[in-house]
Amino acid sequence: MPEKEVHENGPVFDPTPLEAILEKSRGAKGALIPILQQTQDAYGYLPRPAVARIAKFLKVPESKVYGVATFYAQFHLHPRGRNIVRVCLGTACHVRGGEAILGAVADELKVSPGETTPDLRFTLERVACLGACGLSPAMMVNDTTYGRLTKKRVAEVLKKYQ
Amino acid sequence: MKLTLRDFSQKGDLAAPAQASRAVAPRDSRPTIVVGLGTCGIAAGGQEVYDAVVAELKKRGLDADLVSVGCIGMCEQEVLVDVVLKGAPRVTYARVTPDMVARIIDDHVVGGKPVQEWIAGTIADEFAPYRDVAFYQKQKRIVLRNCGIIDPGRIEEYLDRDGYRGLAKVLSAMKPAEVIDEVKKSGLRGRGGAGFSTGQKWEFAAKAAGDKKFIICNADEGDPGAFMDRSVLEGDPHAVIEGMAIGAYAIGADEGYIYCRAEYPLAIKRLNMAIAQATERGLLGRDILGRGFNFELHVKEGAGAFVCGEETALMASIEGERGMPRSRPPFPANRGLWGRPTNINNVETWANVPQIVLNGSSWYAAIGTEKSKGTKVFALTGRIKNTGLAEVPMGITLREIIYDVGGGIKDDKEFKAVQIGGPSGGCIPAKLMDTPVDYESLAATGAIMGSGGLVVVDETTCMVDFNKFFLNFTQSESCGKCTPCREGTKRMYEIVTRITEGQGTMEDLEKLEELAQMVKETSLCGLGQTAPNPVLTTLRYFRDEYIAHIVDKRCPAHVCKALIKFRIDPDKCKACLICKRSCPQQAISGDKKVVHLIDQAKCTQCGTCEQVCPFGAVIRE
Ligand SMILES: Cc1cc2nc3c(=O)[nH]c(=O)nc-3n(C[C@H](O)[C@H](O)[C@H](O)COP(=O)(O)O)c2cc1C
Ligand code: SF4
Ligand code: SF4
Ligand code: SF4
Ligand code: FES
Ligand code: FES
Repeated sequence: MPEKEVHENGPVFDPTPLEAILEKSRGAKGALIPILQQTQDAYGYLPRPAVARIAKFLKVPESKVYGVATFYAQFHLHPRGRNIVRVCLGTACHVRGGEAILGAVADELKVSPGETTPDLRFTLERVACLGACGLSPAMMVNDTTYGRLTKKRVAEVLKKYQ
Repeated sequence: MKLTLRDFSQKGDLAAPAQASRAVAPRDSRPTIVVGLGTCGIAAGGQEVYDAVVAELKKRGLDADLVSVGCIGMCEQEVLVDVVLKGAPRVTYARVTPDMVARIIDDHVVGGKPVQEWIAGTIADEFAPYRDVAFYQKQKRIVLRNCGIIDPGRIEEYLDRDGYRGLAKVLSAMKPAEVIDEVKKSGLRGRGGAGFSTGQKWEFAAKAAGDKKFIICNADEGDPGAFMDRSVLEGDPHAVIEGMAIGAYAIGADEGYIYCRAEYPLAIKRLNMAIAQATERGLLGRDILGRGFNFELHVKEGAGAFVCGEETALMASIEGERGMPRSRPPFPANRGLWGRPTNINNVETWANVPQIVLNGSSWYAAIGTEKSKGTKVFALTGRIKNTGLAEVPMGITLREIIYDVGGGIKDDKEFKAVQIGGPSGGCIPAKLMDTPVDYESLAATGAIMGSGGLVVVDETTCMVDFNKFFLNFTQSESCGKCTPCREGTKRMYEIVTRITEGQGTMEDLEKLEELAQMVKETSLCGLGQTAPNPVLTTLRYFRDEYIAHIVDKRCPAHVCKALIKFRIDPDKCKACLICKRSCPQQAISGDKKVVHLIDQAKCTQCGTCEQVCPFGAVIRE
């Protein structure tokens, strides 16, 4: 099999968005984390060639970039779903049945927390509080928070995301 | 257009705040309709309600001033919609769904007759909202004074309610040292957890040698069950910005960062918007209000690590490093961000500052107790009737917060404990409910004031399992830099897990206590130092529950799976087949007209049958 710059089932790496991000960040202090955040926004995860390019741009070893990327829960080195579902298991949600909601989402999507559906439609994650504790149990799909969840409402919400 | 000092003094003497605002009167001849679109409101379906309002107005060819606001704090009642008509108090509707909108518009907005049965409360006095709602009667709103009242997207509304008058006062009439003195005299203590005197901290940073200094706002709000800071950032971002500008002037900083957790996208959006507006008005940036004071403010997004709420880890994270704490001294006041003197405060701390400066330290110091001044915002959650956000004067008792403000326990279950201060806090039992809320009294119970999360639990929560929950959190969030925390939290988690599985011994309890003390005393940062608090408080107040798990192999709250059985009550079972169909283990037998039965050998205690049974026939024992 020929060597290709493809990461698992990820797409072929297109450097254009990354170069634009780097150009904007030139000279900024403490730029590494914002660059990683924007790169992840653009690609959905941190592709290997992007990490190499970022290291070169910032003149730091690749190991440093990986060190930071793996320290923070927000960064991902593997492709993720088009929609990210984060079910809250924080204290308030815990005492109001967050586990059952996580179970309901997992059943609905047929994946375990941390996994992505084979069609890349969803990635399921846990989160330790969304700040919507007053409406627990809660979850977030992409940037939208949903509260007062029940099994039924979970199914309705997920249907909205393709 | 840039503002000047004259814009503020024209409203009269800066020391005597103006009281004019449009919060309870329509801005123009149109009626005002307000929709709560904080994270809570959105989570409850606020956007759909907002869209319905737009559609219904259009259908009728009506023109109204449609405003979206942040959180007023009645989470339990979201989605909230307010109608403001000329000459009438602001009326708030609770639990609004899109199909209720048409009637609210027809009856109230058009017909002038409020829909009585949907009303949650009214605001007659904009600085003391909802005198007719029990949830608000014991509240005193300083930090939350604008939240849910004004449109956080429009700086004009903040300006109308004395916004940036504190900054104007400081820049026109006070020396930096006088500002610090005023904050010191107010007695304000940090609201991020430790409760250190804010004025003193400012003084350290002001006195530190160096020409470049930084100001930071800690908006990481990592404690699960806490959302005070989020609500302030979403509902009144300018209060935090103004507080920071005043602090920057006091310590001699010209640059600041707001470090906000990434799970709060709306807060980040509102902050960026507010910073842009303040800069446009000349309230941030260069030569502020023409007084030669420069202050530039940036927002940094957190990246999902609880430990980054710790101040030294937070600064490492802003610098683009792994967010690991370092030992102090040197303190941030001397060597902080990029090695420069830095002052870091919590969101709520900053939001208090403009009011203190404007109304004077003695006004503030008159609120609260001898050592704990002012108010504290609490996030009431868990098994409480009125979940929400409440700002109360220090010194009020836990009982008053839970029963008078919070309305007591949901479903009339028996109140067991309140968890205060998140994973670094502790569980205070029902018998200590008359403890006043101040830093020292709460510390005496073994808990801490913490950031303000109050999670109420009832008889259905197992305290051993609850403790396991916190240990799981701390052991997975430990950054791993020092051994006592990294290993100690893991070992404690293992021991507690063993107990919940019915495999614990009485020696485990001693070992747990010993470990907890060791981790508390030898960890490098606050995470490790406080992680044992839930362990120690549950052992102190709920030891009998641990013993029941160990000796009687029984979970009194019927939570720990290894120690409970599900059974179907033959008197209640209507033989409806529902549980049988949904049991993932095929553990239920029964038929139409045949009472159902659970095969204990097959049952994995997943609880599905209990959830789906429409007749409450499945019981735990
Ligand atoms: C593990 C850990 C997490 C923390 N998280 C927060 C936080 O989310 N928000 C906060 O304001 N302070 C947090 N703190 C406290 C900060 O280190 C610091 O004391 C605080 O920001 C100072 O502000 P204050 O004096 O206004 O309270 C945390 C401390 C520790 C040890
Ligand atoms: S106490 Fe825990 S979180 Fe703090 S530095 Fe040590 S290992 Fe890291
Ligand atoms: S608890 Fe779960 S496994 Fe047991 S009988 Fe009920 S549904 Fe089946
Ligand atoms: S769901 Fe409830 S009522 Fe229906 S068969 Fe099962 S136990 Fe009986
Ligand atoms: S604990 Fe779930 S939203 Fe806060
Ligand atoms: S109403 Fe938003 S804090 Fe809940």
